[in-house]
Amino acid sequence: MDLQLSEDQELFWETTSKFLESTCPLTTVREWATSEPAGFPRSWWSQGAELGWISMLVADEHGGGNVSGNGVADLALISEEFGRKDAPGPLVPVSIVAAALSRYGSDAQRAQWLDGLVAGESFASWAIGRHFGLGATSTLQVTRSGDSIVLNGTLSPVEASDIAGVFLVSGDIEGVGVNVLVPADSSGLSIQELTSIDLVRRFGTLTFDNVTLGAESILAGDGDEQFFALADIAAVLQSAALAGMVDLWLGLTIEYAFDRHSFGRPLASYQALKHRFAQLKTSTEAALATSVAAAEAVGLGAPRASEFASVAKAYTGDLAAKGLHECVQLNGGIATTWDHDLHLHLRRAVQDTALYGTPEEHRERLAQIIGMGN
Amino acid sequence: MSTTEQMEDLEEFRLRARAWLKENMPLLPPGKQNNDLQRIDEEGDGSRSRELQMKLFKGGFAGLCYPKEYGGQGLSPAHQAVFTEESATYEMPTALNIPHLTILGPSILECCNEEQKKRYLPKLISGEEVWVQFLSEPSGGSDLAGLVTRATQDGDVFYLNGSKIWSSGAYRADYALILARTNWDVPKHSGITVFIMKIHQPGVEVQKIKMANGPEEFCQEFFTDVPIPIENVVGDIDGGWSVASRLLFHERTAVSGASPYSSGLNTGSRSSGGEGINPELPNLANSLGLGNDEVARQLVAEAHINEVVGRQLVKRTGQNIAQENVPPTAASITRLFGGRSYVRRTDILQELMGRQMVAWEQSDEKIERYSLDYLVRQGGCLGGGSLEMSMNIISERVLGMLREYAADKDKPFKDVKHN
Repeated sequence: MDLQLSEDQELFWETTSKFLESTCPLTTVREWATSEPAGFPRSWWSQGAELGWISMLVADEHGGGNVSGNGVADLALISEEFGRKDAPGPLVPVSIVAAALSRYGSDAQRAQWLDGLVAGESFASWAIGRHFGLGATSTLQVTRSGDSIVLNGTLSPVEASDIAGVFLVSGDIEGVGVNVLVPADSSGLSIQELTSIDLVRRFGTLTFDNVTLGAESILAGDGDEQFFALADIAAVLQSAALAGMVDLWLGLTIEYAFDRHSFGRPLASYQALKHRFAQLKTSTEAALATSVAAAEAVGLGAPRASEFASVAKAYTGDLAAKGLHECVQLNGGIATTWDHDLHLHLRRAVQDTALYGTPEEHRERLAQIIGMGN
Repeated sequence: MSTTEQMEDLEEFRLRARAWLKENMPLLPPGKQNNDLQRIDEEGDGSRSRELQMKLFKGGFAGLCYPKEYGGQGLSPAHQAVFTEESATYEMPTALNIPHLTILGPSILECCNEEQKKRYLPKLISGEEVWVQFLSEPSGGSDLAGLVTRATQDGDVFYLNGSKIWSSGAYRADYALILARTNWDVPKHSGITVFIMKIHQPGVEVQKIKMANGPEEFCQEFFTDVPIPIENVVGDIDGGWSVASRLLFHERTAVSGASPYSSGLNTGSRSSGGEGINPELPNLANSLGLGNDEVARQLVAEAHINEVVGRQLVKRTGQNIAQENVPPTAASITRLFGGRSYVRRTDILQELMGRQMVAWEQSDEKIERYSLDYLVRQGGCLGGGSLEMSMNIISERVLGMLREYAADKDKPFKDVKHN
């Protein structure tokens, strides 16, 4: 987390932290994972939305409003807390679609979708085609047909596809990026539920069979620019969550190393283990540092925002699963069992690393930014 | 340091610095970086660095973060950052950054008495007198406090005997802060004194050490009955460990790139030093025809990520220390990250160059440098304290884990086994 939070940010973060602690401790998260079809009760999500979860990236005049002037940094605090608490719910895709509507949407598009998202009463998700180099496995084809556009092919995995009322589909028409709002009940769109490594969030495959929409479903403007601005935000939110997960388990594992004795000594007295803790502490601090720096840069629209976003996602993505596996090793065999909580975060980390741009994809993007090739 | 309100506005300062640099400092030759020039200077007598430092001093741009009363400018780290940005395309005396300006200077500022500061700091900042530190000894690497160089008091004079090693550029320096044992009847940390020592004098022999990759920058010194007057004691007699701790702190800070006393962009294989995108590896990969190679792109991006994250980590750690969330020893976190990231960068370079690493045309200085530097890859994990010591410090001082067993704890040093 940022070390220099304003009082308002502190309060905002603390409110959500306490809300998650009281409403969905990990025992509840586990229960909901099987008892609730979406992984959480809808009323819980709308209570959370009242705390401002979906407002941070939405302009005041569209019913939103942020805390510090940097809504991305504000929301990153919530995302980090979602990571630490393994909270369910599609925080990232709903936030991205809300941001897209507020920034690039028409009045009509906003009127149709945005209020429900901000209030936590409806859901949306984001599905990315291959064109951008960051995103899902896809055979998506978008074509024009007179005044209409037609979508064909598949996109997978798409988060919260079971409950989303609308999908922001990012694809291209003949190599030019385009972002389209596709209602979930569109004719020709079928959704197949997937089993995911993450226990608490839900994913599915979208199949488009000649889904035909009016031109008014496109977000007006430069589709590529829009996509990458949204991708930067997603990278920030994910890297905050990933850094938070590793930081949480580093802390818990250090406590364990003080409590657990072998051969009459605490684990925390063995140099071989101390050195591993020192290394993990260093990587974790680096992960926190880069996610905070990215949140600041992206939220303020700094010149190197995209670079910092990709640096953060690639670094935290590379670290998270490895760091959590290191914690498994330091906790011993018990941490490989179902009842131990470590696998909940490990699952989430693996899922987050793969979504909205893998570390490899972000490095490829960076190679371009720093002047490789051409 | 004076408050921000009284200081020159950053943008005004930037414009003044820009104009002055243009008028007074030589531009870097095309394709050359300070790192290249510095090597040449280091192999010579270092006079070029002194000359450039004197220019900065006379122009009022030397020692920006040092107080005015000791020859500095009393400005903030933000002013220094601006000056480093503005001077990026100029030849700068970056060879004087470590250890002279970033380790010795701040330690003298913190630990010396008023008379010593008035006498030594202005000439340190102007480059007229160059400083090094005499810490490590041949008999002990990581166990610095186990030093056995001896200073024996006789009235107002101490006589020094022993040997020091790994001081860089001692042959072309003028003064050193040296740690010596003055009391053998107390535990090791309690019997050390720090002295100001003139290097070139009878009784001091300086030998250059030739490194595996060629340079002869590091030195070993031998001392035989070197007289040091009592007014050259820094801090208290037998109280030198607190001074040494400051030296080590500033060393960690400097090596991790976080020192506010560092001036100028030292673009080189370790780190760009500055905030911008370091073009060295992308340019190298492009020149090797690997610009569109998938693997090379991943590797170069990885090195870039480490460099950017390293700087972000320096900033965060600095904030954490300033807010007292962690002890100052947390600077070891940036040390560990920097050492590991340097090794990774070196390996990536090696992987990019492939077979060109092992044989090259005689005129190809760049490839030669990369190839030979690979031989001393571990230097980045040893110099300034081994990474293993950093890991001890992080786990023990930052995470509060149990200290390693020490056979010399609380024992008079004369009863401790040593090499």
